[in-house]
Amino acid sequence: MSNTEAAILIENLYKGFGSNQVLKGFNLRLNKGENLAVLGKSGSGKSVLIKCIIGLMQPDEGEITVLGESIRSLNQDEMDHLRVKIGFLFQSNALYDSMTVRENLEFPLRRHWMEISDKETNDLVMESLENVGLAHTVDLMPVELSGGMRKRIALARTLILKPEIILYDEPTTGLDPITSKEISDLMNALQKKYNTSSIIISHDMNCIQRTADRMILLVDGIAYAEGEFDTLKASTDPVILPYFE
Amino acid sequence: MTLPPNTKRFLEEAGAISQFTGRFFREVFRPRYEWAAFIHQCYMIGYKSLPLVGLTGFIMGLVLTMQLRPSLIDYGVESELPAMVGIAIVREIGPVITALIFAGKIGSSIGAELGSMKVTEQIDAMEVSGTNPFKYLVVTRVLATTFMLPILVLLGDAISLYGAYLGVNIKATTSFSLYYTQVFNNLSFGDVLPAFIKSFFFGFAIGIIGCFKGFNSSKGTEGVGRSANSAVVLGSLMVFIIDLLAVQVTDILGLN
Ligand SMILES: Nc1ncnc2c1ncn2[C@@H]1O[C@H](COP(=O)(O)OP(=O)(O)OP(=O)(O)O)[C@@H](O)[C@H]1O
Ligand SMILES: [Mg+2]
Repeated sequence: MSNTEAAILIENLYKGFGSNQVLKGFNLRLNKGENLAVLGKSGSGKSVLIKCIIGLMQPDEGEITVLGESIRSLNQDEMDHLRVKIGFLFQSNALYDSMTVRENLEFPLRRHWMEISDKETNDLVMESLENVGLAHTVDLMPVELSGGMRKRIALARTLILKPEIILYDEPTTGLDPITSKEISDLMNALQKKYNTSSIIISHDMNCIQRTADRMILLVDGIAYAEGEFDTLKASTDPVILPYFE
Repeated sequence: MTLPPNTKRFLEEAGAISQFTGRFFREVFRPRYEWAAFIHQCYMIGYKSLPLVGLTGFIMGLVLTMQLRPSLIDYGVESELPAMVGIAIVREIGPVITALIFAGKIGSSIGAELGSMKVTEQIDAMEVSGTNPFKYLVVTRVLATTFMLPILVLLGDAISLYGAYLGVNIKATTSFSLYYTQVFNNLSFGDVLPAFIKSFFFGFAIGIIGCFKGFNSSKGTEGVGRSANSAVVLGSLMVFIIDLLAVQVTDILGLN
């Protein structure tokens, strides 16, 4: 496969904090239109990995290419420009708790596209909320929502700019199995609707099985194994086995 | 040479705050300018502090007058009461008390607000939404504290002087106009201006420290609480340090 078909290409990524080496030569390739799950223990560096992709953290070493652009070479404006095409669903949702749901969704719109009209903004906000089935919450504050609703609002905010790539940081963690299934189905539906490529960070096997085409196992800072869910599940490697128990 | 751990921590912290301040001056003049957020902060920080500043100022003026009267009677200069109270309020008590109240109310709320935004990844979320969080959150708040505190000090002084007028009137009757003539005849430019100027520095220090503590908050609700708390402690301490420096400067400039 040629480089141009990769939505994200990560080569030999190193990232540490002081003496704590988290990523030690991690490689990843996300093809266009693909859903790739990254599985790893708590603290293995999954969040660090996707924060490096979006430029919230700077890698110590290694190359990250997103939609054909090497992010190391980008200045602030170019990075902001690229970020419009990348949706990021935070592990903690990161809803602005001093703003209403509407203002939360408007924020990325107004910040990235300064000339956007009020009507356009409103239409996009309502479309996003309808996508996640929460149009009626538009004037509520985040604290008034349940955990699952907050996750869906965060998903709506992530998708409002119609990104080409979505990075999900543990989209179903902390939710009950039924809500977790709902979120997974919603991710699939939206993925199909907008034809995005995505990286899904998760511990949740049900979510991975439902949403991912392929998965990578992050162990000790490297991509220890990769393949389809059923292939990895059938593995007898003692390192891989515990993840499927 | 190895430093004792406390000294080392203190120096590291001082270095980090200086760096943070340096970043403020680099970012403040560079577009894009966050006017809407700045105006919103002025409202939140200035207008919303007014009742508290007014109330404390009023009580200070009243109490100060009542406390001073017996001593002045002992020296037989009771008629100087308005003049003395006026000078005390305008030169020192007004700015410092207002700044301390401000550090308590605004410093802590900035520390807690930015701290909780930090630990819940809201600051990161802003950054990926094409917003420079330092400009949007820090620059706007520091400018608002810097420009709002001097205004609060002026208003606080005025209310405090009114409280003092009531204090004067408890045991003696003075007309309002006579009282104000006595106060203002004894106040000079050199009393008002340095006090006004130092308020800008108080406001700036309180804003910078609140933002610094919030922006560098450690994970968890405990970290947020600590940020808010140390924003108040350090902010209040800075008020006194700046006050000490200001009195030296006015002394050297012969404004005393
Ligand atoms: N800003 C930071 N400063 C210092 N160390 C950090 C920082 N962010 C992450 N780490 C460290 O990096 C390691 C990986 O953290 P990360 O958040 O990526 O884990 P994770 O795989 O996402 O875990 P979880 O599943 O619990 O979210 C941890 O040891 C953590 O302590
Ligand atoms: Mg994580």
